[in-house]
Amino acid sequence: MKSLDDLKKIRDNAQKKVTMRGKNDGIRVLVGMATCGISAGARPVMNRFVEIVDKQDLENVTITPVGCIGECAIEPIVEVLIDDKRTTYCKVDVDGVDRIIKEHIIGGKVVDDYVIGKYRI
Amino acid sequence: MMEELSLHILDVCQNSINANASLIQIFIVENTEKNSLSIEIIDDGHGMNEETLSHVSDPFYTTRTTRKVGLGISLFKMSAEATNGTLKIESKEQIGTKIKATFELDHIDLAPLGDIEDTLVILALNDKFIDIFYSHQYNENRFEFDTRKIREILEDTPFTAHGVTQWMKEYIREGLNNIHKEETK
Ligand SMILES: Nc1ncnc2c1ncn2[C@@H]1O[C@H](COP(=O)(O)OP(=O)(O)OP(=O)(O)O)[C@@H](O)[C@H]1O
Ligand SMILES: [Mg+2]
Repeated sequence: MKSLDDLKKIRDNAQKKVTMRGKNDGIRVLVGMATCGISAGARPVMNRFVEIVDKQDLENVTITPVGCIGECAIEPIVEVLIDDKRTTYCKVDVDGVDRIIKEHIIGGKVVDDYVIGKYRI
Repeated sequence: MMEELSLHILDVCQNSINANASLIQIFIVENTEKNSLSIEIIDDGHGMNEETLSHVSDPFYTTRTTRKVGLGISLFKMSAEATNGTLKIESKEQIGTKIKATFELDHIDLAPLGDIEDTLVILALNDKFIDIFYSHQYNENRFEFDTRKIREILEDTPFTAHGVTQWMKEYIREGLNNIHKEETK
């Protein structure tokens, strides 16, 4: 059974790590979580981001659910913000999440197959 | 149609987040004897005026500007009514909003609750630091999840710290399994 004591251990471990990063630097991932996004599968997409980022301890990455960020027909929509650069991905699925993390967030290269404008209708 | 009730919960709570609530309370009550399931979502956001309130379950009504239909509440209402249930909304400007949907527990068209833990973790990760209180009652048994308590334990450690979301998910899943299991003893 998971207990509140387990949570205290997680806290203690986190507090031991000295992180230099301020609140706003790092990489932000926004997942469109309005009705159309949710119907199109935004929850498993966000869930996958959360799981991988937690598992791999990518501590400079923050994932946030946001309202409608675009066209319903191309949901789920994910935006990746690195410094001043904003990349909008559409029709993202779980495989897309894996690729965005590996190729873009870690590798630094935009995953063209999911970029808005290149999607298949 | 949403495939899981927990997707409706996620969706309806997004309205509360948009309304700048500081606390969202979710109450689930399953009563096998009464054959009823209810989902109640209460927020302390900016609420709705009477004009908005009177149109809110009309799919062609929305105050959003990016598209002409607002679907969230209409879909939730349809899911409730498909099981002979109802959806009721109360709202007061500057006070908050209360939405209660009821369902017939053994109705063939009742969608499963689904992955509540995924819904709650995503809600907890909202960037406005809105707190989530979740209470789930199954007959006599109750499970609660409260981000205020978790914040207190975590002190200044954020929900995004390594291990926290995983802990939340397992804690919720085990808690829900427990309230449903002990019944069969
Ligand atoms: N908790 C709430 N607090 C304040 N206003 C609300 C709340 N819930 C709904 N509303 C109002 O009711 C309208 C309709 O809500 P609904 O969820 O059905 O559609 P939407 O949020 O506009 O769009 P969608 O859900 O399709 O993304 C909203 O635009 C908003 O004005
Ligand atoms: Mg909505």
